[in-house]
Amino acid sequence: MLLELDNVTVAYGRIEALHGISLTVGEGEIVALIGANGAGKSTTMRAISGLRPVGKGKIRFDGDDITKMRADLRVVRGVSQSPEGRGIFPGMTVRENLEMGAYTRKLRSEIDEDLQRAFDLFPRLKERERQAGGTLSGGEQQMLAVGRALMSRPKLLLLDEPSMGLAPMLIQQIFDIIVEINQQGTTVLLVEQNAQQALSRAHRAYVLETGRIVKEGTGTDLLTDPAVKDAYLGVA
Amino acid sequence: MNFEFLGDNFMSLTVTGLTQGAIYALVALGYTLVYGVLRLINFAHSEVFMIGTFVTTIVWAGLGFGVGASAPGTFGVLGLIALAIVAAGAASGGTALIVERVAYRPLRKRNAPSLIFLISAIGASVALFELVGAITDRQPRGMPSLVQPKVQFTIFGADITNLQIGIILSALAMLAGLDIFINRTRLGRGVRAVAQNPDVAALMGVNKDRVIMLIFVLGGMMAGAASVLYDIKVGLTTYSVGFLIGIKAFTAAVLGGIGNLRGALLGGLLLGVVENYGAGVFGNEWMDVVAFVMLVVVLLFRPTGLLGESLGRARA
Repeated sequence: MLLELDNVTVAYGRIEALHGISLTVGEGEIVALIGANGAGKSTTMRAISGLRPVGKGKIRFDGDDITKMRADLRVVRGVSQSPEGRGIFPGMTVRENLEMGAYTRKLRSEIDEDLQRAFDLFPRLKERERQAGGTLSGGEQQMLAVGRALMSRPKLLLLDEPSMGLAPMLIQQIFDIIVEINQQGTTVLLVEQNAQQALSRAHRAYVLETGRIVKEGTGTDLLTDPAVKDAYLGVA
Repeated sequence: MNFEFLGDNFMSLTVTGLTQGAIYALVALGYTLVYGVLRLINFAHSEVFMIGTFVTTIVWAGLGFGVGASAPGTFGVLGLIALAIVAAGAASGGTALIVERVAYRPLRKRNAPSLIFLISAIGASVALFELVGAITDRQPRGMPSLVQPKVQFTIFGADITNLQIGIILSALAMLAGLDIFINRTRLGRGVRAVAQNPDVAALMGVNKDRVIMLIFVLGGMMAGAASVLYDIKVGLTTYSVGFLIGIKAFTAAVLGGIGNLRGALLGGLLLGVVENYGAGVFGNEWMDVVAFVMLVVVLLFRPTGLLGESLGRARA
């Protein structure tokens, strides 16, 4: 397993937001985490990337226990996150934002290669190369956030709501790109409110409800699950 | 009021003001760097500057250039200044780092509210101030006049001395160096990332603690360099020297837009010049009044300062 969460709890002050989450992500998979607002999806992501300290439980990545590792060192180990709300640096240009994604890497030639790859995946970013990140549209910022997260050459890419605030056309496009990234060899764990898209693209998925995992299965299984349909797919 | 005096000596007042302002600007950088990244006013920064003024005299005295010593040749003087900038830069940078470690980092690890940081900052300032006061018996310390002001040329009736040129140019050079570092290097980009969004910066692999140490050291080094220029200009220092310079430099930082490097430069130079005009018009005892009235007036119309953007938003 590339990533393994074993009974992980996270608390904000005295309020526990995750009550013991266990999940796994295998190498080469796309795994989706779906659930309603406030179910703990983003908290789970923050625990994995190290922005939120873990109370009880263990997080293992690529064979090592990273439960207590600093966030910036997890990037070096191969975890990369496109955060909730995109987290673009508003005062940096598109190019500088992408370069920030490669902050932990030294080899200029490789970084240039990856810049090119990001521009190939998102030609729009090339057009906006010298523009300040804060002036981009929501969709462009999303592309930038995903492109930037790839710049560290991660083993595991964490995507927090990649479709949030995007037009339906763009949602299709961004999921196409996620699948493409995955086929190029990057493992993906994504959090989504757009369960329809997430489940149809993911190999496996977990359903999160108020800080607990209540269901897991393959994407197709969950798509046809009556309870999931009822709660998350908006199908009558 | 003596507007005639201002008119007659306009250029010369401007140059004197720019010289003083250059020193304000260098010290202001320390406030602005720390504020830009941590949203914290490091009140101990004035003492970081003060330490530099003493280390400069100690280094010179140690090399046989105590009070009353005659200056060596031009290269000797330049060597002494360079050495002092390195030593004072290291001492001030080191002091800033210790302040960060002792007064701020423990609070940061406990997520203390910002008011607590402020109290800790004032405490660190008083502690350093009293410590040096006790060590020096609250006596001023002199130094040799290494640079005899010599008129180099005259513009519009104002005599410009080698000292003034030297101070303004070295301050500008250090400011330019810092600006390039922050805007053009990988580490500088890391500093800007933490200033704009610390969490996302961590997701990019930036070590926040290291960035914070870096900005304290950089700000301290700039204050150390400023302290050497101050010593050369004034020829005397004392344990309380940081107080007024600190307040003026902080004013300069706010005036230009705190958190903004170029704002610190603009604010420093403007403050130096305007207070000097004020002294010319109203008399020397009104200098500080003019300086702070200007601050109030500018903030009335531009509450975020003249350039008004934070370090985070400052574009390359």
